[in-house]
Amino acid sequence: MSSESFDAVVVGAGPAGSAAALRLARAGRSVCLLERGPFPGAKNLFGGVIYPRILDTILPGWTGEAPIERRVTRRATMILTDTQCLSVDFRSSSWGGEAYNGVTALRPRFDSWLAGRAVAEGAVLLTSTTATGLIRTADGAVSGVRTDRPDGDLLARVVVACDGVNSFLAREANSAKPPSPEHYTLGVKEVLAFAPEEIERRFALAPGEGADFEVLGGTGGVAGGGFVYTNSETISVGLVLSVRDLESSSRRPEDLLACFKANPGIAPYVSGGELVEYGAHLIPEAGIAMMPELAGDGFLVAGDAAGMCLAAGIWLEGVNFALSSGAAAGEAAAAAMAAGDVTKAGLKRRYTALLEAGFVLADLRRLRRAPELVLGARMQGAYPALACNIAERMLTVTNPEPKAGLRSIARAELKRSGLRLRDAVRDAVSLVRTFG
Amino acid sequence: MTVSPLSAMAFEDRMATTEFRVSGTPHIVVEGDSCRGCTTRACVIACPAGLFVPTFDGGILFNYEQCFECGTCYLVCNTAGAISWSYPEGGSGVVFRRT
Ligand SMILES: Cc1cc2nc3c(=O)[nH]c(=O)nc-3n(C[C@H](O)[C@H](O)[C@H](O)COP(=O)(O)OP(=O)(O)OC[C@H]3O[C@@H](n4cnc5c(N)ncnc54)[C@H](O)[C@@H]3O)c2cc1C
Ligand code: SF4
Ligand code: SF4
Repeated sequence: MSSESFDAVVVGAGPAGSAAALRLARAGRSVCLLERGPFPGAKNLFGGVIYPRILDTILPGWTGEAPIERRVTRRATMILTDTQCLSVDFRSSSWGGEAYNGVTALRPRFDSWLAGRAVAEGAVLLTSTTATGLIRTADGAVSGVRTDRPDGDLLARVVVACDGVNSFLAREANSAKPPSPEHYTLGVKEVLAFAPEEIERRFALAPGEGADFEVLGGTGGVAGGGFVYTNSETISVGLVLSVRDLESSSRRPEDLLACFKANPGIAPYVSGGELVEYGAHLIPEAGIAMMPELAGDGFLVAGDAAGMCLAAGIWLEGVNFALSSGAAAGEAAAAAMAAGDVTKAGLKRRYTALLEAGFVLADLRRLRRAPELVLGARMQGAYPALACNIAERMLTVTNPEPKAGLRSIARAELKRSGLRLRDAVRDAVSLVRTFG
Repeated sequence: MTVSPLSAMAFEDRMATTEFRVSGTPHIVVEGDSCRGCTTRACVIACPAGLFVPTFDGGILFNYEQCFECGTCYLVCNTAGAISWSYPEGGSGVVFRRT
């Protein structure tokens, strides 16, 4: 039987996989980067904004060459009801300079570019190839992957699973229990075409600058949130929906998205664009709570496959987490091979040390209660309405009545909302504890 | 499937905006008979591609061709054996746009 052999096989050419392959190749290891799509990124959909500072350490000099859409200089968090919109709208011109804080991107282009950089360092990219299972030695250590190509076995000293949110490889390696819907949200997204000047006019941006809106409320009673992002010549608008809530609702995703787009707070930005693509993708929402065993004999897991995605209300960061954890997995695998110890202990010790030195585990730990809090019933329904109603009453001139003070308005609106003060105080405390 | 008057376009037109390189072999198989006892019909609501269609006799009609490969259907289905789910063969299936 003919099977090719490498020092490492990395499954999945998303940001995690390409970062892992790049690090391994740079360390002088032979590495095969496997991707089931016809090109890297073909299967990958996100919001989205990439927070790219981690690339400074992985690929110095990336700024001139990465295919980015716009530099985000305006970031707004909006609270929506059917008729009201309250937003905190922040702009920073310093985000427009070379020290980008966030850039919008389209994943098929971005992922293709990044995989190309891994290839430039010496990785072998194999597209249109699906890994179908793990190969193990007699004593159970992972020693390669099977693929759907004829004679498609690929042997390796270490397999790095970067196969995304539905990671079949991590599940197979862990013989984990079936995934539970509570741990996931479903993202649905439309890409709408506009002339660049029209985008800049609608969002009040200078050429090349971009906006990022994250929205609480407006999801038709299904727990979740919405987003609007500007690309060069398109706008991405979408919803992130609790899978549990969605399945028991009576509204389909595209219907909920249509209502979101028609909301008076969102419509002025997105109306009239031609739909050029509709798509959907799952998000691992539960962080630490859903994290699989990160290492096995000859095996590592990184990125979404490891639940390393920060989905915490106003934060939706996965690409930077994938880049960082992928790079750490690649570096750990290379170091373990150099030391001649690719056992579970040898890999895990090196991988977790690198992860602990960075932001991935620290941020996930710090914000571990956030998804539950943000997707909770009060945060989804009563609070957005309460905040908008208080704002509306503060800003409405009721002559000939004299103005009411904020305190009396807040008290009256709290009463009208039916919220119990005890719950509101408890939620405020956990909000501070989670985000503070 | 219901299309709300708010959706600007028919669902088929929406799906036609996305490229699918259809493989000859289905990657997801739905055992329509297992669905007869299912009370949730969660897949019918949740599949973003609207690929699960209830039949008049209580079964489910499924077509794999315009699938986003998202995984939502197997997450929400509680009936063992109703859905066998895998990725399509390399190179086929959904292809998101590069431009
Ligand atoms: C709607 C939505 C909005 C988001 N918004 C943002 C955002 O604004 N900012 C942000 O930073 N993050 C965002 N994210 C999260 C982000 O997209 C992910 O966290 C990130 O893509 C994870 O990278 P990854 O490399 O781990 O996995 P992926 O990007 O999913 O890559 C996995 C790769 O593995 C391949 N693959 C899978 N199985 C196999 C197999 N068996 N054989 C071969 N190849 C295989 C896939 O084709 C894919 O290329 C969003 C996600 C969604 C769904
Ligand atoms: S596929 Fe599962 S959820 Fe859908 S109808 Fe059949 S049994 Fe029910
Ligand atoms: S994987 Fe997603 S798009 Fe495909 S059938 Fe299942 S729910 Fe629908």
